[in-house]
Amino acid sequence: MRQEFTGRVWKFGDNIDTDVIIPARYLNTSDPAELAQHCMEDADPEFTKKIAAGDIIVAGTNFGCGSSREHAPVSIKAAGISCVIAKSFARIFFRNAINIGLPIFECAEAVDDASTGDTIRVNPEAGTIVNVTKGRTYRVPEFPPFMRKIIDAGGLTQYVKARLAGG
Amino acid sequence: MAASVGGMTITEKILARHSGRDRVEPGEFINAKVDFVLANDVTAPPAIKEFEKMGAKSVFDPERVALVPDHFVPNKDIKSAENSKLIREFARKHGIKYFFEVGRMGIEHVILPELGLVLPGDVVIGADSHTCTYGAVGAFSTGVGSTDMAAAMALGEIWLKVPPSLKFIYHGKPGKWVGGKDLILYTIGKIGVDGALYKAMEFTGEAVENLPIDDRFTMANMAIEAGAKSGIFDPDEVALEYVRPRAVRGYELYHSDPDAQYEKVYEFDVSEIEPQVAFPHLPENARPISEVGDVRIDQAIIGSCTNGRISDLRLAAEVLKGRRVHRDVRLIVIPGTQEVYRQALDEGLISIFIDAGAAVSTPTCGPCLGGHMGILAKGERAISTTNRNFVGRMGHPESEVYLANPAVAAASAVLGRIASPEEVA
Repeated sequence: MRQEFTGRVWKFGDNIDTDVIIPARYLNTSDPAELAQHCMEDADPEFTKKIAAGDIIVAGTNFGCGSSREHAPVSIKAAGISCVIAKSFARIFFRNAINIGLPIFECAEAVDDASTGDTIRVNPEAGTIVNVTKGRTYRVPEFPPFMRKIIDAGGLTQYVKARLAGG
Repeated sequence: MAASVGGMTITEKILARHSGRDRVEPGEFINAKVDFVLANDVTAPPAIKEFEKMGAKSVFDPERVALVPDHFVPNKDIKSAENSKLIREFARKHGIKYFFEVGRMGIEHVILPELGLVLPGDVVIGADSHTCTYGAVGAFSTGVGSTDMAAAMALGEIWLKVPPSLKFIYHGKPGKWVGGKDLILYTIGKIGVDGALYKAMEFTGEAVENLPIDDRFTMANMAIEAGAKSGIFDPDEVALEYVRPRAVRGYELYHSDPDAQYEKVYEFDVSEIEPQVAFPHLPENARPISEVGDVRIDQAIIGSCTNGRISDLRLAAEVLKGRRVHRDVRLIVIPGTQEVYRQALDEGLISIFIDAGAAVSTPTCGPCLGGHMGILAKGERAISTTNRNFVGRMGHPESEVYLANPAVAAASAVLGRIASPEEVA
């Protein structure tokens, strides 16, 4: 995860569940492009019309709670959202995001200060989040080495592929 | 990680055993061998794609993988039919023993324990958040996404962070209409939907020791609704009576040490707990039935991986016997498996439901997740024995779901408003 992300903030509250991220009525497909069209639909029906590539979802506690559907982080990533910053993530969503390569960061202070429309810049290498609009910088904790290996491999599929190929 | 001495919880013992260690500590990352892996018709198709991208040639053990089309079956549309077909073909290609076809199937978390496929002491990984259900028989079981499931299916192992455990002690004797559903809704109401985030919930106490196995499944099932990684019960005689005649292989019993370490201990007196109703739009919005007020309903659902077992249907039938569903209400009853359905038929429960004016469906997750078989229109309200009442969960984003036990759902169906079974019985 070497690149930097800069985008506009779309702010949501606590306990954003995977049913509002991608409603089950669209789960008869797992095609990322189709899922992207309905991203966050039950939280904000206009969401996909308003966002631009690179924008950032900022949310409160327990983001991604509920169903284990990987379709949720897939729809966020395919919609063009560059990363999600939350106070905390539900555990299955956290794993899924790491596994499919959707960058996620836990940083309560950055969430508290951010408003929809702010510009945020995230530098994962430096471990910093900068709210450009508000002129504030925050530290994000590093991922544990175990998880870095999966992230650096490009996700769990690539990680397992390398392991299986290596015998 | 500071080395520590002292006892271990059942969860730590199972995870230590499966990672070839004498002990593990909360927060440690481990690679654990898995005993059983499962996915459904929503999560298996992406898992199969990732499995193939991983270059895996075979599953780690064709007798330890279950593929259970249950969410959108009987196939609700062409895309769902394509998903079921993809899974069916994958199961054939890899010789997967436990693929469940319509007519011989059940909701995954009801049928797998019923067939003795998930057992005490197991590590079970499922691409469904309610995989935590199997903690009822003393297994460590947790939900994951499709890619994790694919990796577990290929490797027979999974990386896990050892969770800290929370201990819940339930004292006293519950009232007549209070069961596992009420205990877990009450608990989630107390600790919140992220009150057990990343943690293992261990359910103990005399009230739990006296709790039938079906109620334990209901409680473990909803551990995820408190954000937990897993929920677990001691595999005592009640659990073993259920497991023994069903188990397809050997199993090991683990018990928490008396000096095991818990991050926090909660104690509740169940004699003071009324039937609970969780208001929209979070399971933590639990209220005692006496404080519900006048809430009119359009639909009642009795079923799901939470409350689709035989004792749930018996409870509903006890309330519905000789009564009629309110003219403004659709009552839909969904037995969790074909076996539950057959037993309900043999016991005369299905006749009671039909005589009452209810629809009885083949097993499916259907309405629980707003898939099919009972979708709500804008502004409609349902009482449901399912597990989630999120925005849009059962249909239109402006519909509402109230969670309750099967007796409350049945009484509400009769009266047309959310009601206590005592009001009709």
